[in-house]
Amino acid sequence: MSRLELDSRTSKGEAPKAPKARKPRRARTSVFWLAMPLLVIAALVFVLPVTGLLPEEGQDLTRTRQPPAFLSGGTWEHPLGTDKRGQDVLTELVTSGRLTIMIGLVGALVAIGPGVLIGLLAGYFRGWVDKVISILIDAQLALPFILIALAIISNRGSSLPVLFLVLALTGWAACARVTRATTLAVRERQFILGLRAVGASEARIVFRHVLPNLAGTIVALGTLQVGTAILVESALSFLGLGVVPPKASWGSMLASGQDELSQAWWIAFFPGLAITVLVLLVNLLGDALLTHHDPRKRRR
Amino acid sequence: MAEMLKRGSPAGAGRGPGIPEDVPVLAVDGLVVEHRNRTTGEVFRAVDGVCLRIGAGESAAVVGESGSGKTTLAMAATGLGPRSGGEIELLGHSLDAIGRRRLRELRREVQIVFQDPHGSLDSRQSVRSGLRELRGLQRERTAWIDDAGLLERVRLSPDLLDRYPHQLSGGQAQRVCIARALLMRPRLIVADEPTSGLDVSVQADVLELLREVRESTGAAMLMISHDLAVVRAVCDTAHVMRHGRVVESGPCETVFTSPADDYTRELLAAMPGGRWRARR
Repeated sequence: MSRLELDSRTSKGEAPKAPKARKPRRARTSVFWLAMPLLVIAALVFVLPVTGLLPEEGQDLTRTRQPPAFLSGGTWEHPLGTDKRGQDVLTELVTSGRLTIMIGLVGALVAIGPGVLIGLLAGYFRGWVDKVISILIDAQLALPFILIALAIISNRGSSLPVLFLVLALTGWAACARVTRATTLAVRERQFILGLRAVGASEARIVFRHVLPNLAGTIVALGTLQVGTAILVESALSFLGLGVVPPKASWGSMLASGQDELSQAWWIAFFPGLAITVLVLLVNLLGDALLTHHDPRKRRR
Repeated sequence: MAEMLKRGSPAGAGRGPGIPEDVPVLAVDGLVVEHRNRTTGEVFRAVDGVCLRIGAGESAAVVGESGSGKTTLAMAATGLGPRSGGEIELLGHSLDAIGRRRLRELRREVQIVFQDPHGSLDSRQSVRSGLRELRGLQRERTAWIDDAGLLERVRLSPDLLDRYPHQLSGGQAQRVCIARALLMRPRLIVADEPTSGLDVSVQADVLELLREVRESTGAAMLMISHDLAVVRAVCDTAHVMRHGRVVESGPCETVFTSPADDYTRELLAAMPGGRWRARR
């Protein structure tokens, strides 16, 4: 941190020589080292099925509950073992990973979009707009998401669009709150007043100046929201409310392996591990992005 | 004395070499700004019945200690800040009488240079794209000079056009701010503590630039400052503010050499020994 401060101090000195801003090295490397494994995971999940290296998909009742290769009784034919229907755990992990990642990305987008817009309006225009929105945010955050999910899914049945609706409803409030707070800070900066003085319209100020200044926060928020969406989906699938067969996600794999834990722990363990690693990486990346976001451009 | 307080700047105050015009650029009459404390409901009068008049090309200063309502006055007077009472006329138009749209147009006649030069530039915009945006807002008004020429006017190298605010020094950033104000060819420049955020070494340069800009464009200037030396270097008339009221006004020389009000005397005595005398 002290390194960053020192850096920004020199750039404000009498005659900054560097024509291009150098990114603070430490922050960039941490972002890099967190983004890399995520890219590798994404690549594995999307590329592996195409290569044909994976054990075949499909049920095989002659070889159910086979242990992973590294345990006695396991074979390299099924590196991570098989489940109770004889499906290969690795193959299923990879194919359902695609859906899980897709849900994470889209789920984050549907929460971020309205959340950021609503928070921006509340933070910039204040007044009754802000009051109404703040009450809505508080109300939303007071509701347990499981209740909302149950209410909607019992009504509409579970499908992907319904899942995204649930993710949007449960995610927008947190995004709106953070965006509102950041907007409050940005709107007090003097350049906003300067823009009013040159007669810039409110729409221009909000979308051309306030929003870009929120970009770093939004990227970080979005990253964190990907993790949340994956967790919410896993929880819902675990309860049988999320992804339903024949589609599978890591959450639903976890659910189906649950009752086998004592005899075949690997069925639930590997999807659980996958969720943990993915969400952990995504959240660490989000945090790194948040601290990385212009530490030098924002003065004090 | 009472008469002088009411009318703001006295007749015959130094008139810059601008366009001679009868209509004052800015006329503030009985301005009141109140802040209400939300929890206690207490009302605080930041500005309490101030009258001020700035003619074309004139340069007036508002001086006073921190919290005396200088900045609040300037913001309210230009229609950018809140106002609880009183009349404000910009170039002969009452702010109450004109619509929003017209107000926005009128505001372009008034440009502000703030205290914190970095804070008054969007950190996501390079100097060039910031200027481009201003030009987009007012094509005809800003067509009189190109970017490089504009930067030269404020004695900056055109190389700085592609820099972002954090890559500029404080003095450079303030020059960019002055250039942006200059581009709009305003009739009134409001400078709110323009040198307080700068190193002492560049303060004098920026002041010199402000004075030069004023003289070459004929724009009127309202300077907000607590630094009497700054005021004396740039302004013709001075208004001394205390607790939201103007306690004394008059030509700079008169106010500073033979202050009539006790508070002004205190203010002068509080100045580090003779620093303001040394200038000019």
